[in-house]
Amino acid sequence: MWISKTIFNHFKSRLNFTPNYAPLSLLSPRRFASTIAQNPSTFNSIHDANQVIDFPGGTVKFIPEMRFISESSPQRIPCYRVLDDDGQPLANNFVQVSEEVAVRMYSNMVTLQIMDTIFYEAQRQGRISFYATTIGEEAINIASAAALTRDDVIFPQYREPGPLLWRGFTLQEIAHQCFSNKYDNGKGRQMPIHYGSNKHNYFTVASTVATQVPHAVGAAYSLKMDKKDACSITYFGDGGSSEGDFHAALNFAAVMEAPVIFLCRNNGWAISTPTSDQFRSDGVVVKGQAYGVRSIRVDGNDALAIYNAVQAAREMAISEERPVLIEALTYRVGHHSTSDDSTKYRPANEIEWWRLARDPVARFRKWIERNGWWNDMAESELRNSLRQQLLHSIQVAENIEKPPIEDIFNDVYDVPPSNLREQEQWVKDTIKKHPLDYPENISA
Amino acid sequence: MATLFQGLPSSTAFSSSNKFNHVPAPTSFSERKSSIVTVRSDARWSPVLNYATHKPQRLITNAVATKADSSLASTSSKPGHELLLFEALREGLEEEMERDPCVCVMGEDVGHYGGSYKVTKGLATKFGDLRVLDTPIAENSFTGMGIGAAMTGLRPIIEGMNMGFLLLAFNQISNNCGMLHYTSGGQFKIPVVIRGPGGVGRQLGAEHSQRLESYFQSIPGIQMVACSTPYNAKGLMKAAIRSENPVILFEHVLLYNLKDRIPDEEYVLSLEEAEMVRPGEHVTILTYSRMRYHVMQAAKTLVNKGYDPEVIDIRSLKPFDLHTIGKSVKKTHRVLIVEECMRTGGIGASLTAAITENFNDDLDAPIVCLSSQDVPTPYAGTLEEWTVVQPAQIVTAVEQLCQ
Repeated sequence: MWISKTIFNHFKSRLNFTPNYAPLSLLSPRRFASTIAQNPSTFNSIHDANQVIDFPGGTVKFIPEMRFISESSPQRIPCYRVLDDDGQPLANNFVQVSEEVAVRMYSNMVTLQIMDTIFYEAQRQGRISFYATTIGEEAINIASAAALTRDDVIFPQYREPGPLLWRGFTLQEIAHQCFSNKYDNGKGRQMPIHYGSNKHNYFTVASTVATQVPHAVGAAYSLKMDKKDACSITYFGDGGSSEGDFHAALNFAAVMEAPVIFLCRNNGWAISTPTSDQFRSDGVVVKGQAYGVRSIRVDGNDALAIYNAVQAAREMAISEERPVLIEALTYRVGHHSTSDDSTKYRPANEIEWWRLARDPVARFRKWIERNGWWNDMAESELRNSLRQQLLHSIQVAENIEKPPIEDIFNDVYDVPPSNLREQEQWVKDTIKKHPLDYPENISA
Repeated sequence: MATLFQGLPSSTAFSSSNKFNHVPAPTSFSERKSSIVTVRSDARWSPVLNYATHKPQRLITNAVATKADSSLASTSSKPGHELLLFEALREGLEEEMERDPCVCVMGEDVGHYGGSYKVTKGLATKFGDLRVLDTPIAENSFTGMGIGAAMTGLRPIIEGMNMGFLLLAFNQISNNCGMLHYTSGGQFKIPVVIRGPGGVGRQLGAEHSQRLESYFQSIPGIQMVACSTPYNAKGLMKAAIRSENPVILFEHVLLYNLKDRIPDEEYVLSLEEAEMVRPGEHVTILTYSRMRYHVMQAAKTLVNKGYDPEVIDIRSLKPFDLHTIGKSVKKTHRVLIVEECMRTGGIGASLTAAITENFNDDLDAPIVCLSSQDVPTPYAGTLEEWTVVQPAQIVTAVEQLCQ
């Protein structure tokens, strides 16, 4: 804290150090408590006085041995999972999911998978400029959304379109956004996959890494002030956890007791940087305790584990007014984006193995099939229908006009100021003078 | 944000800052009786209650107003109450927090400590520590928090303990605060106010003497205003809080203890309007924040030497009030800009470009811009004084300009 001499001298008479409140203790909910040291005479005995001291922050015990806390535990934090690789439940202590919800979850996971495949192909064909897939992380996307309610606000990074699909955002709307046409919610202003919809409580994706993490804390603070039965959730990757915003946001959330779920998709890669070059801690889950945040490590490819963990976290976040950190271990099967070829930095057979043997969608399918809720016919029907829908949506979106010129200048402010109106007129005049130099599919 | 002065009756005689006066311009300042109106962000303008004399008309005779003899018009028969600038900011803040429960404050030491400049003193006790939030030291993140809270319906005021610290928040301010309303297609709005003290103080060192308005001025989507008197501090604070756009309110470390009398009635100023401090004929001097007082001190000398400078406190740094400025340029044909920013890329540089582009035909001489040098602010008092534009330099510049 910086106080300059001048300021301090001027204001020192106004500073109030009257100790009319209880000494600070770790468990005290009061924020105005002073940090005055406890009077030593309140100790029970001289013996006690030798073993503890009360620095600001609370009492700590003395020990005569110099003990460094190791940089790592002998054992890594274990990972919570419900279904094994074959889709068999490991125990019976998980929250049961009804047939309706399970089938809906599975359909959405398949939708996400097919959507990614087709849009990726579309980019490769030059029909859209950019795309990033979620292949391998479908369970995290859909199961986490399924465990939340519509009132919980979502702050995504960019690899989480699943919650949008779960909440009813249509494939056509996805296509509109990817083609940046005039029906896009974002009015063509953001890159493909930067979805946003206030109707669905899903905040617009920004390309900046981890900036959404403090946003989620702010939103949780707002929900807490309004006493709403809702929390905020934010997603980020292993790479995002290195950003300063992540650390400060966790710290803030703990101090402010904000109802927020931090969901880290530790998929092993930040573009080409493996986690061994990203951090030297035991993943991201151990960082929670450092900030006073309750945390858990979950098998990110197990839809039921994610569902259970997020549901429990939501309950804790809202009723106990605390943040929760969930580290979902997974693997980024796809490339970072269409601008990346990950075979350049990892073996192609490793990618293939994760894609086939550890596919979260197939694993969940085994579980629902075993329950008698799904079968091959339903599978092929779903996949065919989705493919048709997607191809149709793409075709429709491709042929729709782009947003009008006005949308370059609207929404910079609530009402466009005169300088922007002038600039808009200038652009329009230029287009009128040189129509052949500008694209045709812009509505006037 | 309104397009400037659209919809105003064309028959009104505009003179000085009393633009909405419906009577012909009176001969002396102190006789002017008027109703104050504000231009709202939806381009409607509405009257605010009458009061006897209109504060900004009177001549400011002292460079930095001292306690007792702050103004000629400060007689005991005048209504209103006296307070210091930081108290005016607090008053504005308190009134808005009472009026709208969504308004909240976050920043370092703003809670029970009352803020390092006491702008938020007493507010935590009154409104609770959830509405006046003490944050850990992470400017980027609490600015981000404010943005997230704003997107979900709150109206946060984010205080930077010193404007310079907000350099750490640049990412959130530029990439998210300024952009998210736009990139979300208008779905999410960010009605935050980012405020704090900046400018060159008294030997605060280079890191605490930053002028951030020059770094922020390019960011699309934000508005910037600078207050300089208790009257406009309160009015701009209230306007900034009520605005739906993100607004950065620049305060100056050395102006917090300015004392002045402000009206008892509620008033809100326009964020896009400049303030006519002293009408004149010979030269237009454009300035803002602390330099206003250096200019007014120089004006005293200039008047004694026979010059008649027109002094405008531009107040709105983004966007510029080109209407008021243009009118003045058309009258005097000479422009001097006095600012505290550094020469390269400062507010003065942009203002010079804007005036040249728009009013080149009305200029009889090239625009002169007095700014600080492109150096970090030195600590030694004498050196520091020479990095800031002094009244003597302003007098010389006007004399040269008016040759």
